[in-house]
Amino acid sequence: MSKFRTNIMVCGGTGCLASDSEKVFKNLKLILKARGYADEVQVIKTGCFGFCEQGPIVKIEPDNVLYVRVGPKDAKDIIDEHIIKGRTVDRLLYREPDKGKKAHKQEDMPFYKKQLRIALRNCGLVNPEDIYEYIALGGYEALGKVLTTKSQKDVIDIVKKSGLRGRGGGGFPTGLKWEITSKQPGKTKFIICNADEGDPGAFMDRSILEGDPHSVLEAMAIGGYAIGADKGIIYIRAEYPLAIQRLNIALKQAREMGLLGENIFNTDFSFDIDIKYGAGAFVCGEETALINSCEGKRGEPNYKPPYPAEKGYFGHPTCVNNVETFANIPPIILKGPQWFASIGTEKSKGTKVFALAGKINNVGLVEVPMGITLREIIYDIGGGIQGGRKFKAVQTGGPSGGVITEEDLDTPIDYDSLTAIGSMMGSGGMIVMDETDNMVDIAKFYLEFTMDESCGRCTPCRIGTKRLYEMLNKITSGKATMADIDAMKQLCYMIKDGSLCGLGQTAPNPVISTMKHFWNEYLALIKDVDNYQEEGRYIATNKDGTTIRS
Amino acid sequence: MKVKSLEELKKIREESMDKVNLREHGEINEDKIEILVGMATCGISSGARETLNEFVEEIKKEKLNNVKVIPVGCIGYCHSEPTVQVNISGEKPVLYGNVKGKRVHEIIEKHIKGGKPVENLILHVDFERA
Repeated sequence: MSKFRTNIMVCGGTGCLASDSEKVFKNLKLILKARGYADEVQVIKTGCFGFCEQGPIVKIEPDNVLYVRVGPKDAKDIIDEHIIKGRTVDRLLYREPDKGKKAHKQEDMPFYKKQLRIALRNCGLVNPEDIYEYIALGGYEALGKVLTTKSQKDVIDIVKKSGLRGRGGGGFPTGLKWEITSKQPGKTKFIICNADEGDPGAFMDRSILEGDPHSVLEAMAIGGYAIGADKGIIYIRAEYPLAIQRLNIALKQAREMGLLGENIFNTDFSFDIDIKYGAGAFVCGEETALINSCEGKRGEPNYKPPYPAEKGYFGHPTCVNNVETFANIPPIILKGPQWFASIGTEKSKGTKVFALAGKINNVGLVEVPMGITLREIIYDIGGGIQGGRKFKAVQTGGPSGGVITEEDLDTPIDYDSLTAIGSMMGSGGMIVMDETDNMVDIAKFYLEFTMDESCGRCTPCRIGTKRLYEMLNKITSGKATMADIDAMKQLCYMIKDGSLCGLGQTAPNPVISTMKHFWNEYLALIKDVDNYQEEGRYIATNKDGTTIRS
Repeated sequence: MKVKSLEELKKIREESMDKVNLREHGEINEDKIEILVGMATCGISSGARETLNEFVEEIKKEKLNNVKVIPVGCIGYCHSEPTVQVNISGEKPVLYGNVKGKRVHEIIEKHIKGGKPVENLILHVDFERA
């Protein structure tokens, strides 16, 4: 076995790969070899560090120095200066944008200081294509412990006690979902991993699968044991080629070591996992549509009940959990439910991964304990708004959520508090908007997305989103009247109340919430608004003669 | 190879630890020890690279998981290269000069494992550090 003195970790997440980290990786290896250090220093391609804004990221261990924006040409300096002479390459260190302060170590960076990584624990730490590295950090021990010492009921109790709730957005208690599925009659049951991440700007699940695929496989086997399933399915969108490639490698390795397959850990439990590729339809993240798609049918939702736990994949009881939910399971088993329940708020335990995007300085992936405020995420971790501009709003929950404004920034984040302020947790997309963004355009952007993604099965959604989009277009082109706005409001509630699945039921949310918080911006675009007063203030006359003051 | 029991898995874990030992894990280890090896031009020409690798090998052999070996730049004691500084949390850093061959073993045995600095190898630093 090797006796490497230094590890050079190069981020191999999709974000960094897009900014040429593959070339950095190759150059580092070539130069190391040329200098005769290939036996002392190893270069490892790892998963996402989360700091995508500053990618490609390179970390030197054990020195614990983090380099940012490393280009292929910088490989020479890293080797010649840092590795050979022990001198930190100053120009590649991260600098805080406003203060210019340099940070050598990862934990000195404000971006990492407030984070707590449970689901992302191994991302950026292990080589995702090497099962031995995962095992070295305690991987598959949770599965071994569960299979050899715990009953199915024990496992469900542990997950219930931990307070873990579904990370896909709905927030349904995971332990309860497992219990319901386990109690269904029938011998054939299935456990499905929902990796059909579709929110614009969200990439939490992709990063987990790319950076630590084994944690999801292990958790699925644990879940399979708990509910009595011997078959798992990962439903992943085909647009995630790297995640798919690493999953396939991980599956092969786990099978070779007998951690998937027949009689795992010499017990009666057998379990294997199949991958099904989705064509990238947003609605297929809805569990019944997902199951239809898995069965080879059109990806359209069904009416619930019956829930998948009763009648799912080919009519058998099926449990569908999100990628991030699964990634939390092994640490819960190993460290105990009390540990997990000690993190977070009263009703939302643990951490949540968010994909920070939009007009924020530190675009990237963050994992924070529940109960942290949006202000901390945006200003402390996210580094504030780009170009020193003013914050306007943040959209959580993707196209199903709503905007949150300055006044609610100090709300502690959990499932219930976000719903209370008119948005939702969602799967974890967080898009930040600044003062230059027009909120009607933002609403229109989301509506265009849901209109395109409506599967067409039910009328309120299929036609409603189309009409709503047309109305927004009329407003932004300056041709709409107050009567149109009234009609639009009505239509919003019709779509909400009349649609079959979550897609339609939440599609008008961006419109409703921007109308609530940024009514002025709608009014400013209305033709028959009179009495312009000062910037952003109008008095408008409704059709029935009543007036609206902004 | 198929894993047949939790014990077997733990054995594989033990054998694989070397792969990830160099990296920072989530768990903070209070009694972490740092060994800084001067790897500037003068250090390298006096054999610092061999010294560093010897430390790495010795530490691996002795399974000292809380010790990190880090290459650093020149500290100005070119006459006594290779120089090695040992940082033990809560204690004053100790600087050694002319660390080569058997002296690596001596520092590991007496200072790192025994907690007692090797007096005859110490370079007395007589400047203030900012």
